[in-house]
Amino acid sequence: MASKLLHRVRAVSARLKYSRTLSPTLAAFASSRLLSDVAPSASTSPAPQSSGSSDKFEHNAKSSSVRSSLKDPELAKFSAIADTWKDPSSARPFEGMKIVDVGCGGGILSEPLARMGASVTGVDAVDKNIKIARIHADLDPVTSTIEYCCTTAEKLVEEQRKFDAVISLEVIEHVADPAEFCQSLSALTIPEGALVISTINRSMRAYATAIVAAEYLLHWLPKGTHQWLSFLTPEELVLILQRSSICVKEMAGFVYNPLTGRWSLSDDVSVNFIAFGTKNSQ
Amino acid sequence: MNRFIRKSFAVNLGGIRVRSRCLCGAAAAGPSGSIRQSNHGQEQQCSGTSIAQYDIAIVGGGMVGMSLACSLASMPLTKHLNVAIIDSNPALVNGIRINKQDPPDPRVSTITPATTSMFRDIGAWQYLQPYRHAYFDQMQVWDYTGLGYTRYHARDVDKDSLGCVVENKVLQSSLLLCIQNADFQKRIFPSRLVSMSLNPGLKSKQMDGISSEISRADLAKLHLSDGTCLYAKLVVGADGSKSQVRELAGFKTTGWNYSQNAVICTVEHASENQCAWQRFLPAGPIALLPMGDNFSNIVWTMNPKEALDRKSMTEIDFVKTVNHALDHGFGPHPTSSLLGKGNIFSWFGAGVPTSGNGGFEIPPKVVKLASERMVFPLSLRHANDYVSKHVALIGDAAHTVHPLAGQGVNLGFGDAFALSRVIGEAIAVGMDIGEASLLKKYEAERKPANIAMMAILDGFQKAYSVDFGPLNILRAAGFHAANYISPLKRSIISYASGEQRLPLFT
Repeated sequence: MASKLLHRVRAVSARLKYSRTLSPTLAAFASSRLLSDVAPSASTSPAPQSSGSSDKFEHNAKSSSVRSSLKDPELAKFSAIADTWKDPSSARPFEGMKIVDVGCGGGILSEPLARMGASVTGVDAVDKNIKIARIHADLDPVTSTIEYCCTTAEKLVEEQRKFDAVISLEVIEHVADPAEFCQSLSALTIPEGALVISTINRSMRAYATAIVAAEYLLHWLPKGTHQWLSFLTPEELVLILQRSSICVKEMAGFVYNPLTGRWSLSDDVSVNFIAFGTKNSQ
Repeated sequence: MNRFIRKSFAVNLGGIRVRSRCLCGAAAAGPSGSIRQSNHGQEQQCSGTSIAQYDIAIVGGGMVGMSLACSLASMPLTKHLNVAIIDSNPALVNGIRINKQDPPDPRVSTITPATTSMFRDIGAWQYLQPYRHAYFDQMQVWDYTGLGYTRYHARDVDKDSLGCVVENKVLQSSLLLCIQNADFQKRIFPSRLVSMSLNPGLKSKQMDGISSEISRADLAKLHLSDGTCLYAKLVVGADGSKSQVRELAGFKTTGWNYSQNAVICTVEHASENQCAWQRFLPAGPIALLPMGDNFSNIVWTMNPKEALDRKSMTEIDFVKTVNHALDHGFGPHPTSSLLGKGNIFSWFGAGVPTSGNGGFEIPPKVVKLASERMVFPLSLRHANDYVSKHVALIGDAAHTVHPLAGQGVNLGFGDAFALSRVIGEAIAVGMDIGEASLLKKYEAERKPANIAMMAILDGFQKAYSVDFGPLNILRAAGFHAANYISPLKRSIISYASGEQRLPLFT
């Protein structure tokens, strides 16, 4: 199930990079190449993110007089990752992307994202979870780059952190004020960045499966993990996201096949569902 | 399926293993017990200052182990992995020199069409083509009672061949060339695995409170016989039927020894043989497999005493007994149809059963012996689990079967390609390749298929080892059914060719 979700995030990251870096930067680059004595137009691209790849591209230095130094790292990063996001079979498709996993728990989502090349920040309000996550992530050099913080989304907003993608799975049904939570998540997302939220629908079927079956019958979760009244319906989620300047593009449900013991993505949003949206560009 | 095997066949028969295809030192028949004892006395010290870390350590550089390496090298998702191959066979480092003028080696494997296409996909088949290999498009199976026979032809399933017979050293060399020419990070360790530690208790330590004394990474640590150590995320046991990895990881096996040994040699005919022949005799089947250039390979299963006799008798006598066994020995030829020309089975087939009217043919006469005679004991063995955290078994390490249908190494190749595909899928979603849940996916894919094949082969072995009137007639009916009922014949060919994974439900 995670693979399809990650494919969609990957697709957005492709569109994101293309629209973000191509339009302001490459357009300026193209115009500056054609007209050598024209000063580059004021760079509207966001501040260059640390990538360390600018030193790889010495050829940029030759025409640096034409282009502002702000664009070089952007272009370098663009060309460096261009090969990976065009290739669907790349092992590190998220190279160069900054992703925050809000409510990361033990790091079960953060670690695969890091292995796929992303720069991951994992936050959780429970300190024990962060400690466990850090210990487990330090076992592998690839995942030891994950930044774990015991904090909340609101505090990250106060620190003015921004991310290319914000992912918060199975968290919003536990927060006191979902609308405010969505506002915080949206504030963490850069314009046209991705926001992925998953939660449980407030439906009768969800009551029967996610609460009665999962907590009381099968003991998959401790009793009292979920409160049915805190669940959000897909319509409510879309509305509060819209109020937070997030435009929901895709939604899907998770279904469990008891015969194979596997979860898969489906169109059935009646129990678990996941929503994918992009932040409106300002 | 395991229970089925145990329940039906409670009798234990003696013997050991077939042509060991793995060139790994660990699988050498011999004083393996003493090797293990001497290892316990050794200190588990690691020579060298820093311990290298690999993504995958393939223990056993035989055909199946190398095919896994080549398969990983050929897929874009996995070609960046860092792989260690541990095998004490010096040929892996020095290369395998094959002289085309040499007579064929008696150790051969029959490669099914499914395996051939997998080899083509990984780019190893091109290295094999310059050397001797023989496709065959016909197969005839009959027994000593003379009551029935089955003739298979590749055109029954609209294919060009039923299989290809290749010498093991040619397969080995082509896989080695493929991996050497691939842009792939690999390192061959010319040494043997001595011990392995898998850190099984790591997760439970974390759950109890906060343990801060985790000093080592969550990896498997391997100690080799020359003192080197290495870490790996995944250890793949491809080291043959006496797998050291299987033993160190504590996997239990189920199985029994057949009271049969196989005599293997190469023989020469007066003209080209293009058909695979198998005749079930009272003591076991004799198979004649075409190898090209007028050569054929013989795999003759019999009880151990006869095997010793046949190995030590003169070449001329041996050739005589072989011809006798293939022709009139032990029983008459089957007639072309048991119940007359208009037999009752002919209306079962949809359309004309094309090779049913091929008629029974006598195999070509053997003119002379072209190689030494080798004897191998036979057994059935199956590991109860193929995987656990950081460990996966493939090939003979996981299962050994009777050679009567030429399936053994093909099951191994199937395992290798399945495991590499599962690893690729895991990397696509950022999973840790040593994780047990991922490896269980590989096991769930291969175990039922392997068990089904093993049960069928064991069933055949048992069915043909009893000379009992009604059972003989049942077997004859089986021959006729397979020969004249086209859908059944197609299904049999397709299953044996590896196109179908399970015998009935696909």
